[in-house]
Amino acid sequence: MGDILTILREHGPLLLIGQYPNGPLGGLAVTFVLSVLGIALAFPLGVLLALARISPFRVFYWPATALVYVMRGVPLIMVIFWVYFFLPVLIGRPVSGFSTMLATLVVYQSAYLAEIVRAGIESLATGQMEAARAVGLSYIQAMRKVILPQALYNMVPAMLSQFVSTIKETSLGYVISVNELTFAADQINSILLTKPFQVFLILALIYFVLCFSLTQLARHVERRITRKRAGAATGASPRSPRATAIAQVLP
Amino acid sequence: MSPLDFSVLLRGDYPGMIAKGLVTMLELTAIAWLLAMALGIVLALVRMTHSRVAQALVAAWVEYHQNVPMLVQIFLWYFGIATLLPMGTQQWVNRHGGEFIFATIAISLAMSAYVSEDLRGGIRAIPKSQIEAARALGFTYLQSFRLVVLPQALRIALPTLVNHTVLLFKGTALAMTIGVAELTYATREIESQSFKTVEVYLFTTAVYLGLSLLIMAGGSQIERRMRLPAR
Amino acid sequence: MMNTMITFNGVNKWYGAYHALDDISATVAKGEVVVVCGPSGSGKSTLIRTVNRLEDIQKGSIEFDGQDVNAPSLDLNKFRSHVGFVFQSFNLFPHMSVAENIALAPVNVLKQSKSAARARAVELLERVGLAAKADAYPGQLSGGQQQRVAIARALAMDPPAMLFDEPTSALDPEMVGEVLQVMKSLARDGMTMMCVTHEMGFAREVADRVWFMDHGKLVETGTPDDFFSNPQSDRARKFLSDLRSH
Repeated sequence: MGDILTILREHGPLLLIGQYPNGPLGGLAVTFVLSVLGIALAFPLGVLLALARISPFRVFYWPATALVYVMRGVPLIMVIFWVYFFLPVLIGRPVSGFSTMLATLVVYQSAYLAEIVRAGIESLATGQMEAARAVGLSYIQAMRKVILPQALYNMVPAMLSQFVSTIKETSLGYVISVNELTFAADQINSILLTKPFQVFLILALIYFVLCFSLTQLARHVERRITRKRAGAATGASPRSPRATAIAQVLP
Repeated sequence: MSPLDFSVLLRGDYPGMIAKGLVTMLELTAIAWLLAMALGIVLALVRMTHSRVAQALVAAWVEYHQNVPMLVQIFLWYFGIATLLPMGTQQWVNRHGGEFIFATIAISLAMSAYVSEDLRGGIRAIPKSQIEAARALGFTYLQSFRLVVLPQALRIALPTLVNHTVLLFKGTALAMTIGVAELTYATREIESQSFKTVEVYLFTTAVYLGLSLLIMAGGSQIERRMRLPAR
Repeated sequence: MMNTMITFNGVNKWYGAYHALDDISATVAKGEVVVVCGPSGSGKSTLIRTVNRLEDIQKGSIEFDGQDVNAPSLDLNKFRSHVGFVFQSFNLFPHMSVAENIALAPVNVLKQSKSAARARAVELLERVGLAAKADAYPGQLSGGQQQRVAIARALAMDPPAMLFDEPTSALDPEMVGEVLQVMKSLARDGMTMMCVTHEMGFAREVADRVWFMDHGKLVETGTPDDFFSNPQSDRARKFLSDLRSH
């Protein structure tokens, strides 16, 4: 275990922020930037895709559905290779690993977010849309003012969950040499050579702490939302949504 | 851009490489899936016991495997844990396709966490009274689980289990990073040798997409078959 | 005592500070039909569930068919397979057909052959009037039908006594009759029965004794005639008048 502390002390900065300020940003900082930017840009795209998925217009429905199915059915690593190959061709310039990874995450996550938003919209009682239209709002207005605010609020836990997934997915940046956390760990391993277990254990633990904390946050938010939703529906104080443990019956 | 020439896939070594890639991918998927399901069921069972220690251990297992990226888990096994094995074992493993073995282990352990959570959700959805009824008839804990709880839990958990099967299948592509010659690995090899990127990528994408859709459709079919008749 | 089936001796149970069962002592003789009634929260369901240890007790003893229910050496599963228990919410296994539900325990606990168990299941279904539904699934049956299957399932293990925990409380009124019919025929055939129920008509017709419980205590016992026309305690009087007035 002393090894681990030594590694952290000597190479910690490399892991966490790369060679900054003496070089480009790297490690965990890049992972963080990639994930936040990725999910932030994927979000509006995801909402648009969700609306396209519930649209009665085939010109919207089919391309959106195709994109969602492709992203669900193809491994992320293949999507990375596609974007790596296609993006420079598309914009006529070489593209950095970081930008490639970012573009990939945006496209990939927008498909998953689209499904989450769609589920959120469809889980709202149809009465909501009816009521909104009945007072004279247009479809778009109803969406913006009534449906989406509620759907998105309900879906915050699921979206936090997707954020955690995005963080995990940034690790694939390694494959195209993006200087994120996994790549940084691999660099350290190449330097040390004799302590691979310790290095990769540290790597795993850093992801674990980061993702676990966010997952716990998502669960906390979910509990609060469930409580609020139940309270609004019945007006009474709701009980815990967790079912009683079956194990209690077994002596 | 020159027109697409798919015949490149039939040239020279390429068909062989693709075939090997496909077989390896399918083997990896099948073995990892079976291990993940078996382990997931055991974990769900353990979690149902009264022992707080057991529950905490399973919870820790699940949290670890769900919060660490699969790629990192593969690396930890192949580059890290492998070096902790005694020398003789390491040599044996290397001679018998160590990359494949460790990739299988990493993927199946990771997915076992998801399976156990799916089953746990299914089990929680079953009314407590079902177990009471089974116990009142005189069934043991294990019998109650096997005959009454598990069949119903699997039914309820089926859609998420199918989703996670697709996830497992897609995860096999990550094995290429440690040199397992599955489909994505073969794709990159052929691309680097033939420069016919689009053709090869399209082929591989079609294979992954097709098989994923097949798994999802298969899941729907099973769901329909298992649906209980109602009034 | 060879003639008693169930004996409660100084039975006490607490949920934390709440005294759920307060010093209950009573016996059910072989072939006797006992109806346990009382206001909700009186502990009657809790009491009947202590007999097959779906609930545990902290003080006192319970004997069933000569066995000490709480003895540490008791093979609980084997013991339970000899106690017929019918739940308020039927609790049929939805993923199995009716016949499979009934045959499940005989096959897996008594190690009967599947064909023998199925034959017996069909026999029992005839007894409860549902022979035609042997291969139907619980989801296809009405509540009353499901409860009758549940009774058949309990009977499949040939128990020396049957315990009923509010068997008709979860049923729509028009289905209560068909279940009571089955229970009455069991009583007439000499089955020892302990029933927690609100069905006073049933009590009058087939019960040998009525036990009245309130706040965890066994307040009064007597024959149905005595209990209904001449209740001894104030609480029993209040309970009966509440029952009649709605």
